[in-house]
Amino acid sequence: MTAELGNIALWTALVTALFGAGAAVIGHRRGNTPLFEGAHNAVLVHWALVTIALLSLEYALITSDFSIRYVASNSSRNYPVWYKIAGLWGALEGSLLLWAWMQATLAAQVVVMYRRKHRDFLPYVSAVLMGISAFFLLVLLIPANPFERHAPVPSEGRGLNPLLEDTSMLVHPLLLYSGYVGFTVPYAFAMAALITGRTREEWLYITRRWAVAAWMFLTSGIIYGGWWSYHVLGWGGYWAWDPVENASFMPWLAGTAYIHSVMIQEKRGMLKVWNLTLISLTFSLVIFGTFLTRSGILNSVHAFTQGAVGYFFLAFLALILLSTVTLLTYRADRLKSEGAVDSFLSRESAFLFNNLLLVTFCFTVFLGTLFPLLAEAVRGVKVSVGAPYFNYVARPIALGLLFLMGVGPVIPWRGGSWVSLRRNLLGPALAGLAAGGTTFVFGIKSPWVLMTYALAVFVSAVAVQEYYRGIRARRKTAGEGPLAALGQLFVRNRRRYGGFIVHVGVALLAIGIASSSAFQVEQERMLKQGESLEAGRYQVRFERLTGSEGPTHVKVQGIFTIFNDRHEAGRMTPGLRFYPTQQEPIAEVDYWIGFKEDLYLILGSFDREGSWAVVKILVNPMVSWIWIGGAIMALGTLLGLLPAGLLPPPVKGERS
Amino acid sequence: MRGRNRQVLIGGLVILASIGYLVWTGTQQALVYFYTPSEIQAREVGRTGRRIRLGGLVVEGSLTHAPDTLTYMFQLTDGGARIPVRFKGIPPDLFKEGTGAIVEGQIGADGVFDADLIMAKHNEEYRPPSGDRPSPQELYRSLIKRERS
Repeated sequence: MTAELGNIALWTALVTALFGAGAAVIGHRRGNTPLFEGAHNAVLVHWALVTIALLSLEYALITSDFSIRYVASNSSRNYPVWYKIAGLWGALEGSLLLWAWMQATLAAQVVVMYRRKHRDFLPYVSAVLMGISAFFLLVLLIPANPFERHAPVPSEGRGLNPLLEDTSMLVHPLLLYSGYVGFTVPYAFAMAALITGRTREEWLYITRRWAVAAWMFLTSGIIYGGWWSYHVLGWGGYWAWDPVENASFMPWLAGTAYIHSVMIQEKRGMLKVWNLTLISLTFSLVIFGTFLTRSGILNSVHAFTQGAVGYFFLAFLALILLSTVTLLTYRADRLKSEGAVDSFLSRESAFLFNNLLLVTFCFTVFLGTLFPLLAEAVRGVKVSVGAPYFNYVARPIALGLLFLMGVGPVIPWRGGSWVSLRRNLLGPALAGLAAGGTTFVFGIKSPWVLMTYALAVFVSAVAVQEYYRGIRARRKTAGEGPLAALGQLFVRNRRRYGGFIVHVGVALLAIGIASSSAFQVEQERMLKQGESLEAGRYQVRFERLTGSEGPTHVKVQGIFTIFNDRHEAGRMTPGLRFYPTQQEPIAEVDYWIGFKEDLYLILGSFDREGSWAVVKILVNPMVSWIWIGGAIMALGTLLGLLPAGLLPPPVKGERS
Repeated sequence: MRGRNRQVLIGGLVILASIGYLVWTGTQQALVYFYTPSEIQAREVGRTGRRIRLGGLVVEGSLTHAPDTLTYMFQLTDGGARIPVRFKGIPPDLFKEGTGAIVEGQIGADGVFDADLIMAKHNEEYRPPSGDRPSPQELYRSLIKRERS
């Protein structure tokens, strides 16, 4: 029953989406208000129908209805209920249903928010959003149907991939999908602007906060993914330049370029074609990433494997690119730039260089990810492009971006004089040089690390200086106390001051990445009971092995005593989980997280009688700075997004 | 004004050219080509000291292990040629004779492939719990029992 209900809901949702898209456009063209209103109601009905489909699958998962193939493959009777719920996005079909539901929710939200406001845009916006929804529903109905039945009905399900049995599973995909889906709103408005010819800055103002919110979710999702990789995958790292990671990083780079370049268009009326291109690129990369991860064309740790779905995504991608290019050409006459860059030393040019770096960064990642495919197709050779390529290319680009992050926000629009530049940049630059110099004196010789430290301090110093100057100015002109002045800075220019917090977060993240990749200490050895292995200032002594039975697996743990500079500091118990349904065991790492460094233990192979075990010890410096930096980035974005209604009103004084 | 724009344009071209150079040198240095044992034997490829990958089956009876130095010696074959491989470290659990493996490293002066990375072919296919292999409970019974007592 559940399966039939789900399928019926999906089919009717598809029909409703197509009707909504058609009715919105025709209703608007003919000025037919009932049809037009009907189209908007269709978006809401569509949402309700996809919700029914989603709940049907959840119901099947929670009640362990193994007559549905998807449930049998991704759930198990003895799971706690939240793992059963999370089974929804544990594999291809369910994750696409979740995506379709989030897409439908967003479309409904847009209609509810804007139905009385942007009547010229809305028909085309809902048509584009319904078109995207219809695509996902088509995929769900044909190549990736989550409600497919199978026989014979097994008595027990296979369960989730054990790697996904972690609470992060409940968070990471939701964040990531929210980011992906969020970018469809600015994309839909961009297309609506092109179709209606209303190509001035209106669509940018409407979608500014949508894009920033999507960016925040995508950023948090990627960093949370790094944390998941770090504490679950058990290889001691947080980022491997794996195709699936790159698939999320590419739209992030394009989206980051977009949320910066829109500011040039808002202020100067420049880069209209560029902004439309960037948001289309971001959305295309989301779809391309989905294609990469769901078509099985690349080997990857976390790729879903399934064939036919790939063709659907490829065709959809072609459709997006073709329609965007056609529309851009069609409206080329309305997209003339109203301004030009007046000076090399202007914020415009800093933003232009930032965009150039971000987009070429994106291209180098794209190239590295697809290179093995291209090389095999063109030259018939098998190659692999690993982390060395990506790190080699990414380091200088990332440093260039850090530099611009410091300079950009303090150069005036239209151009500044050398005198004003000196006034704004001398202090931070000296702080950066001092930081680089100090770390050099303390014995750090790697030029990359030194430059990262110097630039990170430079960026943070710019932020501190701007806060300080802003507060000082308000205290003088408005006579406010420091806290009130800080509040008013935010109320008046949330985007700028939220942005500075994000930049500080990026600086901390950069320090964490540079330190952990340059100074990781790694030791691996086979230890008999009572033997020790040293790594950095830690000694790790193997005591014994212990085994235990869990609901889904058997766990073997090594017990290790840790000495920090010869003083006993505690015990660590890294383990391996053995699942009856999996050939390979899953590592369960143990770690101590610190501000300065993490101690990280991985259990390798071991003797079944417990006399020896192989242990890998990693001392990872400053990895926690990455998580702290990521959290600060999300917080800064959130502060920048606060709706005006939640903030106290601006008080007297000039508007900045 | 045109002059200012030209400065920005030149700056942009400089950035593009540098990144182009980075990508070019990056792909020259960091690409790792994959060869089969026959290709290595026939074409003498990969003897230039650059990192390559070599894939094949671990020849039955060729695997030896020196526990004191953690060194493993074995041969990889694709049915035709056999290439000797030396590996220092701890190989993955699935690595054993008769299974597929990919190694990464370079060919040493003595013609032996010096690997610093072994990737055992893993089979992610679903395995019903009641197979021929003993269950984890049976395998690790002594460790579990010791804990209970």
